[in-house]
Amino acid sequence: MKTFPRGGIHPPSNKLSSGEAILPLSLPASVVVPLSQHIGAPAVAEVAKGDRVVVGQLIGKAGGFVSASVHSPVSGTVTAVEPLANGSGIKTPSVVIAVEGDEWLPSIDRSPELVPECRLEGPEILSLIADAGIVGMGGATFPTQVKLSPPPGKKAEILIINGVECEPYLTSDHRVMLEHPSQVLVGVGLIARALGVEKIFIGIENNKPDAIELLRKVASEMVRVLPSIEIVPLKVRYPQGGEKQLITAITGRYVPSMGLPIDIGCVVQNVGTALAVYEAVQKRKPLIERVVTVTGKGLGQPSNFLARIGTPVSALIEAAGGLPSDAQKVIGGGPMMGRAMSNLDAPVTKGTSGILVLGASEAARCAETACIKCGKCVTVCPMALEPYLLSRLVQKQRWDEAEAGAIFDCIECGSCAFTCPARVPLLDWIRLGKTEVNKIIRSRLSC
Amino acid sequence: MTLLYTILALVVLGVFLAVVLFVVARRFHVVEDPRIDQTESLLPGANCGACGFPGCRAMAEALVKEDDISSLFCPVGGADTMKSVAEFLGKAAAEREPEVAVVRCAGSCALRPDGTAVRARLSTYDGARSCAIEASTYSGDTGCSFGCLGQGDCVVVCDFDAIHINPASGLPEVVEANCTSCGKCVKACPKAIIELRRRGPKGRRVFVSCVSRDKGAVTRKACAVGCIGCGKCVKVCEFEAISLENNLAYIDPVKCRLCRKCVSECPQNTIIEVGFPAKKI
Repeated sequence: MKTFPRGGIHPPSNKLSSGEAILPLSLPASVVVPLSQHIGAPAVAEVAKGDRVVVGQLIGKAGGFVSASVHSPVSGTVTAVEPLANGSGIKTPSVVIAVEGDEWLPSIDRSPELVPECRLEGPEILSLIADAGIVGMGGATFPTQVKLSPPPGKKAEILIINGVECEPYLTSDHRVMLEHPSQVLVGVGLIARALGVEKIFIGIENNKPDAIELLRKVASEMVRVLPSIEIVPLKVRYPQGGEKQLITAITGRYVPSMGLPIDIGCVVQNVGTALAVYEAVQKRKPLIERVVTVTGKGLGQPSNFLARIGTPVSALIEAAGGLPSDAQKVIGGGPMMGRAMSNLDAPVTKGTSGILVLGASEAARCAETACIKCGKCVTVCPMALEPYLLSRLVQKQRWDEAEAGAIFDCIECGSCAFTCPARVPLLDWIRLGKTEVNKIIRSRLSC
Repeated sequence: MTLLYTILALVVLGVFLAVVLFVVARRFHVVEDPRIDQTESLLPGANCGACGFPGCRAMAEALVKEDDISSLFCPVGGADTMKSVAEFLGKAAAEREPEVAVVRCAGSCALRPDGTAVRARLSTYDGARSCAIEASTYSGDTGCSFGCLGQGDCVVVCDFDAIHINPASGLPEVVEANCTSCGKCVKACPKAIIELRRRGPKGRRVFVSCVSRDKGAVTRKACAVGCIGCGKCVKVCEFEAISLENNLAYIDPVKCRLCRKCVSECPQNTIIEVGFPAKKI
């Protein structure tokens, strides 16, 4: 069975909610929709205080080439357009909407019927994707239409769909594959047409045999309307869902240092993105809701919710049984790459794949001790870096040496910090170093 | 015999190499201004980089090379060092007021011995002990997103043992006697809380000990000693030394005449006076 060749770890999977069907979450009293839910320039507000909006209406226009539009996830009245704290407490421009009823734009097809055929050409599909404000739903939130438009001179040959979900606890992609297999496959077909590629793989780790079997079955049933899609079972290993690891696992190709997957003819998209593309192109529905896993060992009912963008995180936790008394830490995303949240009133955004509540015993950090140079971090680093050395160089502010040590290749998977017996916060330092080195590289390029 | 040959060979080799070294040393001799060495010995030798050069040697080279050295200044050595350097080189030295690092946050958030805290902690940070990392991770553990994080990046960078975290308040405190105003802590602070200010006559100065640009209501809720931008100090100042921008007052150290009217006017006790004798009651 295929997997990526070096590094990686086996954290306990703890997929508590993999058997829970996706539940639509009831509408909150008001939503906070940040205008920057993606990588790139923030969207520009198209509405002002007092405006009436309906579901699917454009409220933020893409603010540049690498940017994404934002649509109203609810119907109601705009009560404010102002900077509000996100999950990290940092203020970002947001639109606040008081919910009134649930009125949708008439152009959106809300019927559940599958629409498998599509007569549109690539550029038309791309513009529909851009209009719907779709971003990478795996958590990186890179605007999808940009990723699907290779730079001149580069051609995509292989489309890889990421159904790996290697993060422990998270099950949103798994549930999407189980509950909307045909929609996902039609979406995959649309992405492939937009890119003009023939070879399509869907990578799924073999801890999800039901999803592998179901997608294979549906793909063979729909073979007349879809291009041929190969489902590739992968050996369970973190961080297989990393773009570069997944490409190497499936194709054996390596993304060059400082390069992009398109440099070796590959494009990777998440299954959640494929579903969003299907809804945008076939149903004309912009990205206004997403599947969020709300999980944790202390939670009453770990669940998968279909939540509107802008719903406060606290409402999701409430719906999953409420914050347990011993809750110590709430993480936006998975336990490996997610971020601890300091503000539970923060909204669900396009990139929120999960909310994880950790109890006191799980959240406790052991005290840091001295590095014993055991080299475990080097062994597990999937990018063949030397985390112990890089973190030290960053602490000593030796940026040029850190750059020479390819600090920029770090994908921030956290395997090094996970495995460190001395509990050194390796990734914290490396991430800081990446920011500093990035500044240096930029200033070098500008002069 | 073997011993003799060995010794002889080594002696011959030694003499030959000595001649080679002598010739090379003569041929490729680099003429260096002897004043550079002497100037360097006049400088403090801290190699802190505060003058803008990578070290004292580079500063000495620049001092010897430039005709006009008024733009060069060694903050560590101060006016005395610059005077002796200028006398030695026969050039006019720059004069600058002595400065000191000032911490512009009084919002202690660790519990004080008496059990009170000016800012309440809303969350607990348990990541790496670095202000830079904490600042890049989130807005901070209190309601104020501008205040001191207290992880001590300023302490780590200080070469002169001049700044320490006070365990009672959780805030850094400057040891004025040791501070050379090299500015390393100013650069290290990710929240831009530390400022270099004039030491002032007899070490007396008045400054606003807050950098919060939040609106007054937000600041007041987050911190008991934060500047709320009310503007009372601006009105009371007779010398137009205080400006108010982005809900934050700033006292211009050049214009300030140390009358201290603003100190008693400030409703939040944000304006701090340093070095004045205790008031008679």
